[in-house]
Amino acid sequence: MTAAVELDCRGQRCPLPVIALARRLPQVAVGEVVRVLADDPAAANDIPAWCRMRGQEYAGSPAPDAYEVRRVR
Amino acid sequence: MTTHIEQDDTVSGVTDAPDPAYLDTASAAPLHPVAREALLAALGDGWADPDRLYTRARRARQLADAARGAVAETLGVRDDEVVFTAGGTAAVHAALLGALAGRRRAGDALVHSAVEHSAVLHTAAAHTAAGGAAREVGVDRLGRLDLDAWAGAVGAPGAAVAALISASHEVGTVQPVAAAAELCAAHGVPLVVDAAQSVGRAPVPPGWSVLTASARKWGGPPGVGLLVVRKGTRWLSPYPGEDLHSPGAEGEPGLPTVVAAAASLRAAAAEAAAEAARLSPLVDRIRATVAATVPDVEVVGDPEQRLPHLVTFSCLYVDGEALLHALDRRGFAVSSGSSCTASTLRPSHVLEAMGVLSHGNVRVSLHRGTTEAQVDRFLAELPGVVAALRAEAGVAGL
Repeated sequence: MTAAVELDCRGQRCPLPVIALARRLPQVAVGEVVRVLADDPAAANDIPAWCRMRGQEYAGSPAPDAYEVRRVR
Repeated sequence: MTTHIEQDDTVSGVTDAPDPAYLDTASAAPLHPVAREALLAALGDGWADPDRLYTRARRARQLADAARGAVAETLGVRDDEVVFTAGGTAAVHAALLGALAGRRRAGDALVHSAVEHSAVLHTAAAHTAAGGAAREVGVDRLGRLDLDAWAGAVGAPGAAVAALISASHEVGTVQPVAAAAELCAAHGVPLVVDAAQSVGRAPVPPGWSVLTASARKWGGPPGVGLLVVRKGTRWLSPYPGEDLHSPGAEGEPGLPTVVAAAASLRAAAAEAAAEAARLSPLVDRIRATVAATVPDVEVVGDPEQRLPHLVTFSCLYVDGEALLHALDRRGFAVSSGSSCTASTLRPSHVLEAMGVLSHGNVRVSLHRGTTEAQVDRFLAELPGVVAALRAEAGVAGL
């Protein structure tokens, strides 16, 4: 999958990667993907949870410490 | 002469807040007044070695037997099925290691839910490292055991022992112990139930083979755990032991704390139904009010099949540690499963297994001294505390 934007949040503790995602996602077009790089283990849980709470699409983890989110609304 | 010690569930000097509220009973309940009385009495009367043959020793033996009898009666088991351990974790370790040892010829797989206490998960890891196997069974979004997967795990060849928590210590969801026990029984697999959050508070369904609990969760003194092994369960002590007539777990606590634990268990169990009827509506109020007054919050756990005194929620974009400190400054002692507050720097494995938000997490657990006014003050102050932290982090309205 090609991500429109990659956010490097490695070294940041949760909730910072989720906050970065929440700030950036509205700036990409609907249908586009934001990839978040985060090595806080909580990100694996909290990024999908954020997608569920916000009605956005969690597109999976293509690699360790990488998470993709598609803007759908 | 009597010594009166002020009953106070706060730590003096920590906060200037009016009516500070201790809301972390799931970690440790304030000492029940019956425990305090029994402890002081037993310190004076029960210090001798109960295994000796003089009058003073017989008095200690009477106290020890009465304590064991009170626990057995409260739990509905036989006196000789009850063993006291050095705490809840020691009880869990002894329960699982002894049950696994007793089933060595039947199999080597330890079946457990994904939401067990860390003492179970560490035992499973040690068992696996020693060449055994572990089968973890998942839960749904509310934290409820996947019974179909459980049936598969206890039914597959090699299942030795199964472990299920009676109710989640982190989110309060009550597990289907009776149904899980039936599936275990159908396959001859002994079920070990960690009932630390239920004993003294809510009934534990029958069907288990081994049960563990922790006195400080029901208002007993710290440093006393319970290990109950039903007759007919093959449990082999995993410890070398000594010349005792009744071999059990290592590190049996001292008699005075055992007496205090037993007396307070009986008192807590007698009050349990009334306390549940008082606290459960307060938990409902917290669940409803937090969801209505704090934006972007996820109240987790089963809203109905739950413990009467415990509720957990997560606040989006809020750092759990900052939230705990802000609440502490206002006189609220709560706990959190967020990674930044945990000893492991990982988020709570319970929240992970449920797939719910783990940051900004707060667990509130009430006790017999918790008042409605304290709950209402918490609910009145929480939205402002969360809003201030969000404003500080620049995430308001995100």
